[in-house]
Amino acid sequence: MTLDVFRVGFLPLVDAALPILARELGFAEEQGVDLQLMRDVSWATVRDRLLYGHSDAAHLVAPLAIATSLGLDRPPVPLSVPFVLGLNGNAITLSRPLADVITGGKEGLADPVEAGRRFAAIVAERAQGGKKIRLGVVHRFSSHNYMLRYWLAGSGVNIDEQVDIITIAPPFAADALAAGEVDGICVGEPWNSVAVERGVGAIVTVTAHIWQRGVEKVLAMPTARMEADRELVHRVIRALYNAGKAFIEPDRREKIAAILARPEYLDGPADLIERAISDRIKLTAATEPLHIPDFMFQHREAANFPWVSQAAWLYAQMVRAGHTRKNAKDYAAAQRVFRPDVYRAAFAGTNVPLPGASAKLEGGIAATIGVGTVQGRLMLGPDQFFDRRSFDPDQLDQYLAELSA
Amino acid sequence: MRIAIVDESSARAAVIEEGLRESGLSDIATLTDRRGLVARLTELEPDVVLMNLENPSRDTLEESFLVSRSLGKPIAMFVDQSDEESTIAAVDAGVSAYIVDGFKKERIKPILDLAVRRFQAFSKLQEELAEAKNMLAERKIVDRAKAILMKRRGIDEPSAYALLRSHAMQSNRRIADVAEALVTADSLMGGDL
Repeated sequence: MTLDVFRVGFLPLVDAALPILARELGFAEEQGVDLQLMRDVSWATVRDRLLYGHSDAAHLVAPLAIATSLGLDRPPVPLSVPFVLGLNGNAITLSRPLADVITGGKEGLADPVEAGRRFAAIVAERAQGGKKIRLGVVHRFSSHNYMLRYWLAGSGVNIDEQVDIITIAPPFAADALAAGEVDGICVGEPWNSVAVERGVGAIVTVTAHIWQRGVEKVLAMPTARMEADRELVHRVIRALYNAGKAFIEPDRREKIAAILARPEYLDGPADLIERAISDRIKLTAATEPLHIPDFMFQHREAANFPWVSQAAWLYAQMVRAGHTRKNAKDYAAAQRVFRPDVYRAAFAGTNVPLPGASAKLEGGIAATIGVGTVQGRLMLGPDQFFDRRSFDPDQLDQYLAELSA
Repeated sequence: MRIAIVDESSARAAVIEEGLRESGLSDIATLTDRRGLVARLTELEPDVVLMNLENPSRDTLEESFLVSRSLGKPIAMFVDQSDEESTIAAVDAGVSAYIVDGFKKERIKPILDLAVRRFQAFSKLQEELAEAKNMLAERKIVDRAKAILMKRRGIDEPSAYALLRSHAMQSNRRIADVAEALVTADSLMGGDL
């Protein structure tokens, strides 16, 4: 059987696991796809390769797919997201002195409200003293940036006035922290753990505690490319789904970590990678790994389903950060980037659960509930934000007004 | 016109700088160190930034360009859809470029084309170098295989080479591959060569 070539660009991060495993564990081949992976070290390069045809799809930070479609920093190219590669998985690591203040010397992860309050106090104090705290995120248009901002703003920090947020490529985040170029970083694994192991920082919170089900990396592709070969795209996302199923099997963790650690993929320490995929994170160099439920979330509860309301939430955060000016046309275009219809078409007639709705109230679930489906049974777990605010995509204006109140 | 070349490969940066100087441009700065890049570029205030596509600092720089635009120092990225073809050529060659907003496109095109040609020339040079290294390595391994045959079989060098060659032809393999197999086998058998 000849295989159809499909090229996917990625950055060396644990949440690039699904495309890597789709190839390495044979799920792509099973679908008649020769899935080829192209590694880069910056999102700009991943995006350029995607836009100029070096790759067919990319492992991408979700907001960048929206920013590219809207043309926020370059001429617009419509991108589509038919599959979410995972939820959660990032952490906030601060320099040791700052981290010690926030934890108050206590072990374990502080409650995000309490930690946020303490952090806001230091941020204010330092800003007043003319020495603003500087934090690194992986991209302007990254979930890291918006999640960090959400936590800071919700804890009372005036972001524009009191703190500097700069961009650092993930593999250099630990170096920047060590060199004192930044006081903290919000990055994906294994780069927090690398900083922790080197003793240059401590993890003070994880993004799963800021939003229990936060959309993270997505599979993005030019809409024109996707429409040109929908059938191939369906096969690719079925392979990715099966990779997700394998990803959460405890028996496979060691093998999966060894694959991801290889030089052509993450080129990083297998033990740290294994900890991340088993939700066991070391907060400081001296402590034992802590089990943080749902630290990474790649498969259960239809985690890969591209909810239109996730795109809507990200657009709201982009407006809030001043990265774009709100208008109805852009809001609609941003939501169209997420394509639940393609996801549904790929899994029609299988036993994969398909939600009946395409959007939901984000942050509205306090305890696991069953939701309506067009196929299969689906339970959704708690998806709350740390400030207990929820987001209704039909009430954008009201949401933004409440946030700035 | 001030041009900044940002590249972690100082060899490639030199090749590009030389090309630009040959075409009469003299206000050129080359930056190869990742640390302090944004600060140096801010100081330099270049009209054009040429950079390798895979440079790890691109996200950081693009962010700083966006921020400086919002501060009223207009810098835009040169990925203009009106000249799709030359942008594609640049991406294929591994070049990315940024220009100050409002800079005349007629002036940037020759620079970008030149950078693309220099990038391509540099890649070709690297390929040739790799090929030359490979050939040298192959010659060495054939020499070792000949020495083994000469010692084991008590034959002279031309006969040893003839033996390798005829075996390669019979088995439809390259002489270097046969030589490598022989050297490996000999070392496994405890050969002292």
